[in-house]
Amino acid sequence: MDFSNFLLLQQEISLMAVFVILFIYDVFCSDKGKQWFQLVACILFALHTAVGFLPFPTGEAFGGMFVGSNITIIMKNILNIGTFLIFLQANNWLKSQETAHKRGEFFIITLVTLLGMYLMVSAGNFMMLYIGMETASLPMACLATFNKYKERSAEAGAKYILVSALSSGVMLFGLSFLYGCMGTMYFSDMSIQMVSEPLVILGFVFFFSGLAFKLSLVPFHLWTADVYEGSPTAVTAYLSVASKGAAAFALMFTLYKVFGTIEAIWNPLLWGSAVITITVGNLFAIRQKDIKRFFAFSSISQAGYILLGIIAGTSQGMTATVYYVLVYVFSNLAAFGVISAVENQTNGNTLISAFNGLYKNNPKLSLVMMLAVFSLGGIPPFAGFFSKFYIFMAAAEQGQFLLVFIALLNTVISLYYYLLIIKAMFIKEGDEQSVGRFVTDGYNKTGLVLCTAGILVIGIISCIYEHIGALGFGM
Amino acid sequence: MIKMEYYLIVSTLMFFIGIYGFVVRKNMLAILISLELVLNAVEINFAVFNRYLFPGSMEGMFFTLFGIAITAAETAIAIAIIINVYRNIGSINVRKINKMKG
Repeated sequence: MDFSNFLLLQQEISLMAVFVILFIYDVFCSDKGKQWFQLVACILFALHTAVGFLPFPTGEAFGGMFVGSNITIIMKNILNIGTFLIFLQANNWLKSQETAHKRGEFFIITLVTLLGMYLMVSAGNFMMLYIGMETASLPMACLATFNKYKERSAEAGAKYILVSALSSGVMLFGLSFLYGCMGTMYFSDMSIQMVSEPLVILGFVFFFSGLAFKLSLVPFHLWTADVYEGSPTAVTAYLSVASKGAAAFALMFTLYKVFGTIEAIWNPLLWGSAVITITVGNLFAIRQKDIKRFFAFSSISQAGYILLGIIAGTSQGMTATVYYVLVYVFSNLAAFGVISAVENQTNGNTLISAFNGLYKNNPKLSLVMMLAVFSLGGIPPFAGFFSKFYIFMAAAEQGQFLLVFIALLNTVISLYYYLLIIKAMFIKEGDEQSVGRFVTDGYNKTGLVLCTAGILVIGIISCIYEHIGALGFGM
Repeated sequence: MIKMEYYLIVSTLMFFIGIYGFVVRKNMLAILISLELVLNAVEINFAVFNRYLFPGSMEGMFFTLFGIAITAAETAIAIAIIINVYRNIGSINVRKINKMKG
């Protein structure tokens, strides 16, 4: 038997090694030894993240089921970075009395979902994509309901599992029609036989709506706000960054690799979807009182911007999309790091009014939050500006001027609601409901420093964008 | 031999009955049963397309097998979560799980 195929799976294998070590540690270690669990998990995962930057062989494994190219490695690295930052942020929540005894489970389940995302990204066959997607979304429901004794968490988990099961059912229904037309599920074989006949279009629409659920595009976004609000904050951050990023990458790969020849069909579909996603996400974010709901709608509108890069359909658009997700990981996680730090002081109250007067008592935290929302809104010196700029440029080069214009208008709207948070932190006076002075724990502090460095540096150091662009897309 | 269209009619009906049930039913277990209808309709589709159109390969059948296994896992997790909802809220009626709105 030929084992050389497994060389392509280096990242998966290293992830499984981390998983097995943590699992054994969790099962066999005494309670006293487990006080180092967080540290060991973070160090192991940091090593795993570092392994991702080593040079890898590329190619196809298992008869084309699994594709490992330079760009999938970059995507997996982005997901790794996001997960690592979330592990750092989760420390304080995991130490609390309710979750301390099942701290190991959080890491183990998260690693399994990450494996599912890897498979989604490097799938070369729709069966692989489906299995990866389910491996990512089923444990995610367990994570959403991780606070077992909180009503909101239970509600979020129930909503997530039912909606994600329905979406995968709809997606599979579309795939079955595509299979009926082509007789194969391999991306490379399907793209050759792809013609725009009615059954193919029907299948594609079902498939797209299934994937749009995961990416929470409007009009498939209704679960997003509830699940984001109810889940524990670390899980919300994970959902908004890693889950969404993996879905965006998978959508991009399938659209380019499989449905490339029927671009005339999906282009208007994505166009409309991007316009409503950005607009609805922005308009609904304005009226939110809860900060996690607020960031849920903000992440919906960010998903719309990601679509802009996919619509462009060029290698420049793909580069811009990957870069956008990278920047989005850092800016969103900086915001969620601050939210989880504040939430720990307010016993789970996540209203925006809890942030009133944050600057007086915790100037550093509010500074990080300010950088994060400026980056999300796209204000020049920060990374978010450059990622938006590249995305708009990629779309404009394909003549999508109207789309870019609408997106630009929406950027102005988004600035308004992002500034509402700044106003709460810097201008409004704190009352007895808002948090007093407190010290963030070391792990979260490390995570916030990394995020801040990312926001400040990624935009200015141009070699990162050029590096992603130079990898070329082995399509 | 039975024509392929009849199988497709059954599977399409099952799919849309499932969607209808998902939207209309108020009991979460009934919603879960509707979801099973949706997923099983898909599996009928794959098996039928494979048997009638592409009898030379087994890809659709494999997809069906994997689909059944994943559906079982999905149901197990969903039932665990529904039990958790019942412990917290005391009901599995979807009208009762409305704490979060807006």
